[in-house]
Amino acid sequence: MSEMSKIVRTLSNILFPFIMIFGLYVIAHGHLTPGGGFQGGAVAASGCILLLIAYGSTWASKKITDKHLTVFESIGALWFIAAAFLGLVMGGIFFLNSLVGTPVFGNIPPNGPAISDLNTGGVLPFMNFAVGLKVIAGLFAVVLVMAIASSVKEWKQ
Amino acid sequence: MSIRTIVAIVFFSILAVFFVFTALMLSFGEPKKTEMDDYIIMHTQNETGTNSGVTTIVFDYRGFDTLGEATILFAAVSGVIMIFRRVKK
Repeated sequence: MSEMSKIVRTLSNILFPFIMIFGLYVIAHGHLTPGGGFQGGAVAASGCILLLIAYGSTWASKKITDKHLTVFESIGALWFIAAAFLGLVMGGIFFLNSLVGTPVFGNIPPNGPAISDLNTGGVLPFMNFAVGLKVIAGLFAVVLVMAIASSVKEWKQ
Repeated sequence: MSIRTIVAIVFFSILAVFFVFTALMLSFGEPKKTEMDDYIIMHTQNETGTNSGVTTIVFDYRGFDTLGEATILFAAVSGVIMIFRRVKK
């Protein structure tokens, strides 16, 4: 898959940071606003896929391969399971939100409709980041592998 | 009119009757059991400190379900990468 025209490349250069910032915002504010790891990860992965389509898979395969992305996805999965086991270690229950009430991460907001801070929610932001990393790496790896496979010229039958 | 058309008409009318009766039996907007909803709405902010109740249910109250979703995503990506891998001669 070769690169597209100069217009598409310039526009994707302009749009890429905004898409990535919006996706990371949805991940980081997953415990305050609608959205979360899955949704924000899909948005950020679509930004990466936009860059991949605009510049072509031959350019992208020099920068990053699916081996790097599988490392990131494994890190996300292990991080998520580690956050789940943290509850087992701290409180004896799997998936227990054990950081609620601790001074740094677990501020409890006032009851009712209130504007809350980022440092609330205990382990939920960490789980959101883990799932977001996993979804970004996973979706981008799928499309990258397909793009590289579609650009193979010599088919040895 | 062939017998195939008649059978199709009878089948789809019976199906439509089933759907209409099922929709009429449900009472929209008034769920009968609201204990779990009320508990989650009332206790979400005190127990987990989040303002988004949906994220609380997905990641905290039903965390095992999210672990399964993440496993499904992992398996899907692994399968796609395995199909499109480079085969060394």
